[in-house]
Amino acid sequence: MTTVTAELAPSQDVTYGRSAVAHFAADVWVLTKRSIARIRNEPETLADVTIMPVIFILMFAYVFGGAIGLPGHGSYHEYLIGGMLGMGLAQTAPGVAVALVTDLSTGLMDRFRSLPMSRWSVLVARSVAELLTQLIGAAIVVCVGLAIGWRVHTGAGDVIEALALSLLFGYAFTWAGVLLGMVLRSPEAAQATGFIIFLPLTFVSSAFVPTQGMPGWLQPVADWNPMSALAAASRKLFGNPNPAAAVPAWPMQHPELAVLGWSVLMLAVFAPLAVRQFRRKVLG
Amino acid sequence: MGQAPAIEAEGLVKNFGKTKALAGFDLAVPAGTVYGLLGPNGAGKTTAVRVFATLLRPDGGRARVLGHDVAAEAAEVRRQIGLTGQYAALDEYLTGRANLIMIGQLSRLTAAAARRRADEMLERFSLTEAAGRAVKTYSGGMRRRLDLAASLIGYPSVLFLDEPTTGLDPNARAMTWEIVRELADSGTTLLLTTQYLDEADQLARRIAVIDGGTVIAEGTPDQLKSSVGGEHLDIALAAGADVEAAIVAVKPFAAGGVRPDEEGRRLSVPVAAAEGLTTQVVRALDQAGVPVNDVTMQRASLDDVFLALTGHATSDEEAA
Repeated sequence: MTTVTAELAPSQDVTYGRSAVAHFAADVWVLTKRSIARIRNEPETLADVTIMPVIFILMFAYVFGGAIGLPGHGSYHEYLIGGMLGMGLAQTAPGVAVALVTDLSTGLMDRFRSLPMSRWSVLVARSVAELLTQLIGAAIVVCVGLAIGWRVHTGAGDVIEALALSLLFGYAFTWAGVLLGMVLRSPEAAQATGFIIFLPLTFVSSAFVPTQGMPGWLQPVADWNPMSALAAASRKLFGNPNPAAAVPAWPMQHPELAVLGWSVLMLAVFAPLAVRQFRRKVLG
Repeated sequence: MGQAPAIEAEGLVKNFGKTKALAGFDLAVPAGTVYGLLGPNGAGKTTAVRVFATLLRPDGGRARVLGHDVAAEAAEVRRQIGLTGQYAALDEYLTGRANLIMIGQLSRLTAAAARRRADEMLERFSLTEAAGRAVKTYSGGMRRRLDLAASLIGYPSVLFLDEPTTGLDPNARAMTWEIVRELADSGTTLLLTTQYLDEADQLARRIAVIDGGTVIAEGTPDQLKSSVGGEHLDIALAAGADVEAAIVAVKPFAAGGVRPDEEGRRLSVPVAAAEGLTTQVVRALDQAGVPVNDVTMQRASLDDVFLALTGHATSDEEAA
């Protein structure tokens, strides 16, 4: 039987002496691997970015799609995918909130705080893991899209720009989830609140239907919704039907810039607020 | 002495709103010993541990671990401590082994060292078989063992155990005690909070009794016990025995006043423990013609200490 002893760690076994940046990167990597390991152990965790978008795509393509007329014609299937990309990305935010609240409420965060690790790495690793999750989600949306007849009619540069904008937007949006996770007290509350916030956000937009059909008072809301900008930018860059091009609202006329602007704005607002809450709650 | 204490606090104050969790808390834990913090719920034990473990900043006073100030040199402190809280701080969805490797790496072990150390710990804590299973499938006792393993993986020289056996079954409790003793033997300094007097009595070299956020008594378990009366002989008289004669017979052995109970059937005799004392008392009573049923040596328990010091029992859930 081995015994527990108070020996010191052998010096070749420890990483002290490396730079703070190297330690930070190592901590982020370890904690990101933790999130990936969880997905591997329990793939159903990913249902919100895998199964959900597939259900939405099929439902809208084959159930509601036939009843939705696009101004200026065009294929609804081709129209849908640009919107689904955004929805797929935003769907992950409640998951981030749930994961963070769980860490805070189970005492795991206390353990982290008693270790000589970087505390910020907890937040950063969570957002990086979420970016990976979003990549998986985006890949699934693209595959299902191709299967139902969605096609890209532009060059590789445009596609890369569209995906880069989507992931930037997704990453920025993740920080809304991080903030939620810092503010709420239980995983159940995070789940419910996330749903209440993010569902209307995706539906009152051009993600599924053109905003032209909405009542006059709702149209400006939908046109200025960040989700609409992302959908319009994707459609424009993929060469898909993009009725929003006929909408005079600024974000619909400059969707790429609007996505960039919204992303920067969300990062600038949500990240510092989340960090402030984290500082208050975790750094004590 | 001469050596600086491994853990020390001077006039620590911590308030949560209007609640004074710590109100001038002093402590000095010698290096390489097990030190018990004993007190009811809400006495301030956990708050004190959280301050030492750098999880809470004190509102006043100072706290040092291995000479490093917990507020100003928190990073130094964290390199040398391990913490096991009241709830298993683990990732439920990871395997036991993955949890240990993660904590090891975050404790600044290299990946290879963390893996090796994790396997050592799993073996020591009899978790090798369950190592590949997600923690959420573990029993309560297994979780606590893994949690303790996690707090040891980074080779801490000071270990904080916050109520390590609360809610454990007797087997798991015995195992925890064994590990605490092993760690102490090998030179680790342990600060242990507990509501269980027998636990403090069994494990701790010194004990601080804490109530209302301050230390109300401090010393070795024996010192604390003798401070509330040390030993006494409990004599059960047989039916028809002469109480007055009995009192006269035992008086020469008594270290204080001899007290009969209300019915005159039992005598409580404070004594200074000595070899063969019980036999001598029995003989004296026999010579005086006083028949007795039973004579037992009673030592003050830490329960008595606690009751005497705080006016309430340790398991008082309502205690503020």
